[in-house]
Amino acid sequence: MSSRDRILSQIRQNKPEEVALPAIATFASNFENTEDKFREMLAAIYTEVIVVKNPEELAAKAEELYTGVVNRATTIPALSAWADFSLNVSDPHELETVEIAIVQAEFGVAENGAVWISDQYLPHRVLPFITQNLAFVIPRNALVDNMHEAYVRLQDTLGWGCFIAGPSKTADIEQSLVIGAHGARSMVIFLLEGE
Amino acid sequence: MSKTVMEHADASEVFNRDEPYVNWHDETLWFVRQKRDKSSKQLPEWEQLREAASGIKHYVLSHLDELLISFEQKANENGVQVHWAANAAEHNEIVLGLLKKHKIDKMVKSKSMLTEECHMNEFLQKNGIEVIDTDLGERIVQLRNEPPSHIVLPAIHLKKKDIGDLFHEHLGTDAGATDPQYLTEAARQHLRDKFLTRRAALTGVNFAVAETGGFVVSTNEGNADMGAHLADIHIACMGFEKIIPKQEHLGVFLRLLARSATGQPITTYSSHFKKPREGQEMHIVIVDNGRSTQLGRKDFRNSLKCIRCGACMNTCPVYRRSGGHSYHNAVAGPIGSILAPNLDMTKNADLPFASTLCGSCSNVCPVKIDIHDQLYKWRQVLAKEGHVHKSKEIGIRAMSTVLAAPRFYQWSGRLGRTVMRAMPFMVNNALNPWYKQRDMPEPPKESFRDWYVRNRKN
Repeated sequence: MSSRDRILSQIRQNKPEEVALPAIATFASNFENTEDKFREMLAAIYTEVIVVKNPEELAAKAEELYTGVVNRATTIPALSAWADFSLNVSDPHELETVEIAIVQAEFGVAENGAVWISDQYLPHRVLPFITQNLAFVIPRNALVDNMHEAYVRLQDTLGWGCFIAGPSKTADIEQSLVIGAHGARSMVIFLLEGE
Repeated sequence: MSKTVMEHADASEVFNRDEPYVNWHDETLWFVRQKRDKSSKQLPEWEQLREAASGIKHYVLSHLDELLISFEQKANENGVQVHWAANAAEHNEIVLGLLKKHKIDKMVKSKSMLTEECHMNEFLQKNGIEVIDTDLGERIVQLRNEPPSHIVLPAIHLKKKDIGDLFHEHLGTDAGATDPQYLTEAARQHLRDKFLTRRAALTGVNFAVAETGGFVVSTNEGNADMGAHLADIHIACMGFEKIIPKQEHLGVFLRLLARSATGQPITTYSSHFKKPREGQEMHIVIVDNGRSTQLGRKDFRNSLKCIRCGACMNTCPVYRRSGGHSYHNAVAGPIGSILAPNLDMTKNADLPFASTLCGSCSNVCPVKIDIHDQLYKWRQVLAKEGHVHKSKEIGIRAMSTVLAAPRFYQWSGRLGRTVMRAMPFMVNNALNPWYKQRDMPEPPKESFRDWYVRNRKN
């Protein structure tokens, strides 16, 4: 018998009597103001939230925030003039030198400040991790209250996707919080109006 | 790595020699526990969430075979190869086989308690494979050649000076430097080089979804993703109890996990893997290693609900004052103490006794495992099967003789109180284990019974 069959048969022998799934497994958060909660949670994890009216204002803000930075990459057409690093590479290792990536993402979650990003919006999965600094652009109205709502929205998580909440961090040295462990050292979220 | 295994009580004694250090360890973990409290109280539905999580996991235990088969089928459809390992040795061989097939001799690894349980690193190293742990805490303990002391906070037993000295030796940081920011930056540079040059990455699995064949890996540092998205081959290893039925259930578990672990509302990264990226190979190793036996133990099967948040350790008065290494098991603390005897009763018979049975672990557990009840029940199983020390047995037998004879009990109580008053040195000495690290209490003037008899007359 293969290990697979042996494991499964032992499980069948030893598993407890059948029980049903709990009737209630989702809860509503009902925040007074979803965007305020989102901002509040992100402020606590060192992430700036900037509202921009249109792609032109986004481009101007990007210029202002990252003046003098080289190796700028983006997935957003309106920022193509701002970028100086092409994501059109075949080997993701070539992204090693990216300093800042401004990336389109799908939606945000107010209760924890997480933003959902997936294959749909990324030419390379490693981009949001390997870049030194990261910024997401999401539509201002694309915010949900909590994770239950998030999964209602996410019927399909695609080949790969990730909730990212703030910059990379660690507290493994005497519980002292340090921002910038292996992933991005800073995070900005642009809320784009009118989409 | 552990050459001679000390029993929990003996190892704790060593740990307790440095009082300021123990106090620091105790307070540091209690601080994490307090962050958990604060965070959980933000959610009015917290208790219902725990109830739901426990209920979902109960469903999982009673449908494990079907869920695993569904998971395997979906994963295959997604282009992921699924392997099954009955025990640690088979798990290690599968990983080695995959690496050999690709002629890879260097691998990066993110946190996986399962590979600790299987002692995979040592096995691979013996077979010529270099494994680099990429979680900062795990890298620290790896460089020190010791196992993690906590499942979420692997280096929680170390002071920054220890880490400064270690990094000075291995990573060339300035002698005497202890600034966490500076030390973390050094590790970032050191590990970035590993991420960029390794062709294989191994990760753990926090949740595997039967409905989709996908799995979720949670980190704060981003190391699992850095490794997996750059490597040609991604191997994810999971104990079979990591399975959950539906994607929507992630909502329940991701809301509980980080809040219970560190008080964060969610970890920085909750990465959902389903299909390999183009040109990449993705493998999942599903491991039993005693879990199907534990499933058959009615009193102990609930331990398989564990989502490895570590909340029971942070709150445990014994863990906080004895340190993770005293438990000589990959998973320490209260949950480790109910998992370990299943793996080896002889080696781990001491662990269910490393508890005051105060119940705090059960109160904070996000999936409502009856941890302290199980600790109590393990003691009985272990005693019955002859795994308890003779000295403990004699003590318990003497105790039961006293407790079974009311007159004798009253007499010995009176004798004890008199001795403590008249000859305190009889109890305040090194022969009395209750006198270690603490003063004996003032002996009461009379027993409750005497007081009651006297007052009932009034």
